[in-house]
Amino acid sequence: MTVMALALKSLKNRRVTALLTIFSIAVSVALLLGVEKIRVEAKNSFTSTVSGTDLVVGARSSSLNLLLYSVFHIGNATNNLTWETYQDLSSDPAVAWAVPIALGDSHKGYRVVGTSDAIFQHFRYGNKQLLSFVEGKPFNKLYDAVLGSTVAQELGYIIGQDVVLSHGVESRSLQNHDDKPFRVSGILAPTGTPMDRAIMISLAGIEALHIDWVNGAPPIAAFSVSAGKAEAMNLLPTSVTAYFVGLKSRIAAFRYQRKVNEFPQESLTAILPGVALGELWQLVGSAEKALLAVSVMVVIAGLMGMLTTILTSLNERRREMAILRSVGARPWHIFALMITESLVYALIGTLLGFVLMYGLLFAVQPILQSNLGLHLNITLPGQFEAVLAGIIVISATILGAIPAWRAYRNSLADGLTVRL
Amino acid sequence: MLSSHPPVIALKDIQFSWKAGTPVLDIQELIIRQGEKVFIRGPSGSGKTTLLGLLGGVLTPERGQVAVLGADLNNLSPSKRDHFRAEHIGFIFQMFNLIPYLSVIENVTLPLGFADARKYNIIQTGVEEKQEAIRLLNHLGLTDPELIKRSVTELSIGQQQRVAAARALIGKPDIIIADEPTSALDTDTREAFIKLLFEECEAAGSTLVFVSHDPTLEPLFDRSIPLHTINRMSQHWLAESSNEQETA
Repeated sequence: MTVMALALKSLKNRRVTALLTIFSIAVSVALLLGVEKIRVEAKNSFTSTVSGTDLVVGARSSSLNLLLYSVFHIGNATNNLTWETYQDLSSDPAVAWAVPIALGDSHKGYRVVGTSDAIFQHFRYGNKQLLSFVEGKPFNKLYDAVLGSTVAQELGYIIGQDVVLSHGVESRSLQNHDDKPFRVSGILAPTGTPMDRAIMISLAGIEALHIDWVNGAPPIAAFSVSAGKAEAMNLLPTSVTAYFVGLKSRIAAFRYQRKVNEFPQESLTAILPGVALGELWQLVGSAEKALLAVSVMVVIAGLMGMLTTILTSLNERRREMAILRSVGARPWHIFALMITESLVYALIGTLLGFVLMYGLLFAVQPILQSNLGLHLNITLPGQFEAVLAGIIVISATILGAIPAWRAYRNSLADGLTVRL
Repeated sequence: MLSSHPPVIALKDIQFSWKAGTPVLDIQELIIRQGEKVFIRGPSGSGKTTLLGLLGGVLTPERGQVAVLGADLNNLSPSKRDHFRAEHIGFIFQMFNLIPYLSVIENVTLPLGFADARKYNIIQTGVEEKQEAIRLLNHLGLTDPELIKRSVTELSIGQQQRVAAARALIGKPDIIIADEPTSALDTDTREAFIKLLFEECEAAGSTLVFVSHDPTLEPLFDRSIPLHTINRMSQHWLAESSNEQETA
């Protein structure tokens, strides 16, 4: 009978503690793998909120602030930039496309993004994907609105439904633009980005909403302009909040950025979204590092549990070792027997951990997608997983050497005398 | 009658101590010849276990020579001694001889995994290991196939000792060393067990060294050696205790 077979039979004999040990290793491995998976995917999802855009331009502010309000729709713009400035800068020969956005209105807590229909041709997210429609089409009438997937799902809106937008972005005590209701013309596919929570209308639509407003105050009844009348008026926007730029060549990015930053008529800031996203991730990323550290600790605890189990079993197995010695097992056989045991724990535990993790991923994926807009890519184990599995098995073997060495010493000292 | 046979065990001027300066074993000479069934009698604490450790090559004496089957154990490396023991000596202990998680058959064939020569002895006869184990078990009175299938922990102590004897005997090792194998058995089964052991030792051509404190078993053996007659330390110990009695 080989040492391997002996070790397995011995483990089978102690299957309850063995299974518990294996399970605790499996849970810790699954936790570590899961945390790492979510960490990577969250980072990917986060940093791919906007892709294919070379620069984001807005009024002068910190790059983080500009990124937050323009891309994540968090917070407010410090200032707008005039339509003339936008026209001037977006007609630079280096610019391939420009998508302006005008923020400031909302609907039931969801931001309204006034933009041009160029957004559907040029704005990309994730792996350079364009926004796509599950239903309907882009806005082409003045009072058309396109809903992000979350908005449509949460509010249960369908194509053709009327939507009354509100002035401001606060969730309560808003002044409604109820004189000019919008109609849903299209619903976007889920993107896993803040676009899911946005309502997009044309810049002219934004202008129409505010045409009769004076200095940010709603019109007095006598001066109000009806929805129908507004359609016939000149709805050229006077300002936009920010704009996204795609350049013909990325090499021009720094030159264009400098041009924007030094624009004499207005104080502006241009940011490279990739760089700014990286900076922002460093801020929010410390939490996930803490989480990763905790799960590493859990794995260590799992391995310590294994060590405890083996060490505790040593005394009651002293007789077994002496019998093995008396039938001819060499001390190194005893050593190999013990090492094999920890290897079995580590291998099966790690394997089971992977199975658990993938099971959990498949279970959690749709929930995360619908609740957090976080898309988890379920892929085959990669280099990280392989290295991790390797480290766990190697550490278990090294830890297993401790009881193995003790058993080896015991078996030398005990010899053939079977002690109770 | 056996004095013409070659010695399988020859101890000469042996001295051994666990603690330096207080030897527990001091034997001038002990010779056991091939095919003998020797009874070594001694109360606990008389150095029995130490003697067996020396014979098995687990312990090495400070002084003297331990020759087993012509090999000088002291000159062998620890791993060679282990190997030598596995190939040539079968052990039976007082109790709890068996590995609880192995079947009866697996327990009996266990030494064969560590001793190629003993395995070869079986292969030569054209039988499988398992068949040989069953044959030995049958000879030792464990004939019930149901019994053999049972977990070893469900066997009675007498049955366990017979399984242990079969394990010691498998592959025909040259020497069987039995350390109080009958002390957990009752008087009736004791003799039966020893007789079966004798038969199997004779059939295998093995020499039997039987160690016990129980003088009632003495007459069954070819030769009996009271340990205190050969261990000078034990005489010393006896003398000392008798002195104490005198002074008391």
